[in-house]
Amino acid sequence: MMSEIKFPNYKDVPLAGNIYKPGDPQYKTGDWRVYKPVIDYEKCTKCLLCWIICPEPSIDRTKDGVEINYDQCKGCGLCAAECPVKCIKMVEG
Amino acid sequence: MSKIVGLNGDEAVAYAAKQCDVDVVAAYPITPQTIIVEKFNEFVANGEVNTEFVCVESEHSAMSASVGASLTGARVFTATASQGLALMHEILYIGSSMRCPIVMGVANRALSAPINIYADHSDMMGSRDCGWIQIYTEDAQEAYDWTIQAFKIAENKDILLPATVNLDGFMISHSTQDINMLDDEEVRKFLPPKKLEYMLDPENPITVGAGNNPEFYFELKMQQVDAMNKVPEVMRKVNNEFASVSGRKYDIIETYGIENADVGVMALGSCTGTAITVAEKLRNEEKKVGVIKPWLYRPFPSKEIISSIKNLDVLAVIDRCVSFGAPYGPLCSDVMSLLQSMDIDLKVFNIITGLGGRDITPTLLEEIFIEGLDYQKKGKIKDPVRYLGVRM
Repeated sequence: MMSEIKFPNYKDVPLAGNIYKPGDPQYKTGDWRVYKPVIDYEKCTKCLLCWIICPEPSIDRTKDGVEINYDQCKGCGLCAAECPVKCIKMVEG
Repeated sequence: MSKIVGLNGDEAVAYAAKQCDVDVVAAYPITPQTIIVEKFNEFVANGEVNTEFVCVESEHSAMSASVGASLTGARVFTATASQGLALMHEILYIGSSMRCPIVMGVANRALSAPINIYADHSDMMGSRDCGWIQIYTEDAQEAYDWTIQAFKIAENKDILLPATVNLDGFMISHSTQDINMLDDEEVRKFLPPKKLEYMLDPENPITVGAGNNPEFYFELKMQQVDAMNKVPEVMRKVNNEFASVSGRKYDIIETYGIENADVGVMALGSCTGTAITVAEKLRNEEKKVGVIKPWLYRPFPSKEIISSIKNLDVLAVIDRCVSFGAPYGPLCSDVMSLLQSMDIDLKVFNIITGLGGRDITPTLLEEIFIEGLDYQKKGKIKDPVRYLGVRM
């Protein structure tokens, strides 16, 4: 796994491993997931509560509402639990 | 213009922290360190300092708050001892890994059980691999001087590591002596307000302390190794600068009579003063003895120790700490591995003494020197490790 990607020399790694660009995705955490949230856009009211509540954040705002970033989403299910119109379902995958 | 004030070791450290204009002190009282934070609290209550004093409920929180404050760019000071240091243990590693140049006074005290509040190095030695710079002092003056210098070393942009200034419990912490205090202005000039390498800032958010998998963790440890290795060079520069302000010249190690000695004694902390006095007496009796006193213990001053021992035949290393089950006490283990790695053939024996505040007396030190001279005459070490001053 480690041989596939070229990682920087220790002197070029930011001091103390600090991340200077917020949200810089160092790792794709999507494959940690068991269940993934799926939005039913028919029911979605675009209230943005899921966007606020996502701890990653793995829910991006789009011109037309929200979209889940499956590369990052770990499948915690907070969005599904908090959605006021229950338009997010957790499904395997 | 400096002035002479009667202070004990704890008070001297508190005054040093005050003059260093620290922004945050987060601390919890514990004997024999208590006077440091008590005195500092007095400064806060009197409005003599511009410091946020955080009263915490434990040392674990004291160190956690110190790390947090340091990450905002504040100059942070704290102090502890013994069980308190043990409780801080896990956060000590976080402070050094997150490169927080916190300075902490440690009034060295024995670890329980049985509970004992007196001088012993077991507390700091238990955390010797925590990635902090560790300085041991001989008296209150040194504790004052090193506290000021420690900030300058720790905050150097090539270092950015936390530092402890160790003072033996009661022997230094509670013993009053004449302290040559610098003027506030002189300290301010020597140690200007902290320049920030990085800090938490709501306007420019960054992430600190993020998880790191096997792909990056090792590299971050290597950065710490690099920073540690640079300490002696930076320290020497800081010592020179401090000498020009105070007239007191410090170094990485101090030696007495070692250049032409056959037998040397190496020790940390308050007993080194007694060792030098005893060595003076023995040298007057034509016995060629000397003393090695490392001020710096972490990083281990390998180069300086090697050059100091080159004319010795026998070296006694005193540990005020037991490393249970280990072949030697911690200081002696370091010396032995250094000699081995440099292929130096020096006869070394280890004296473990002074535990739980038992006095390391001139008589006891003389016995060590005489034992060393005897080994030198016979050409071999009889007892590689001796527990001295215990009833048996």
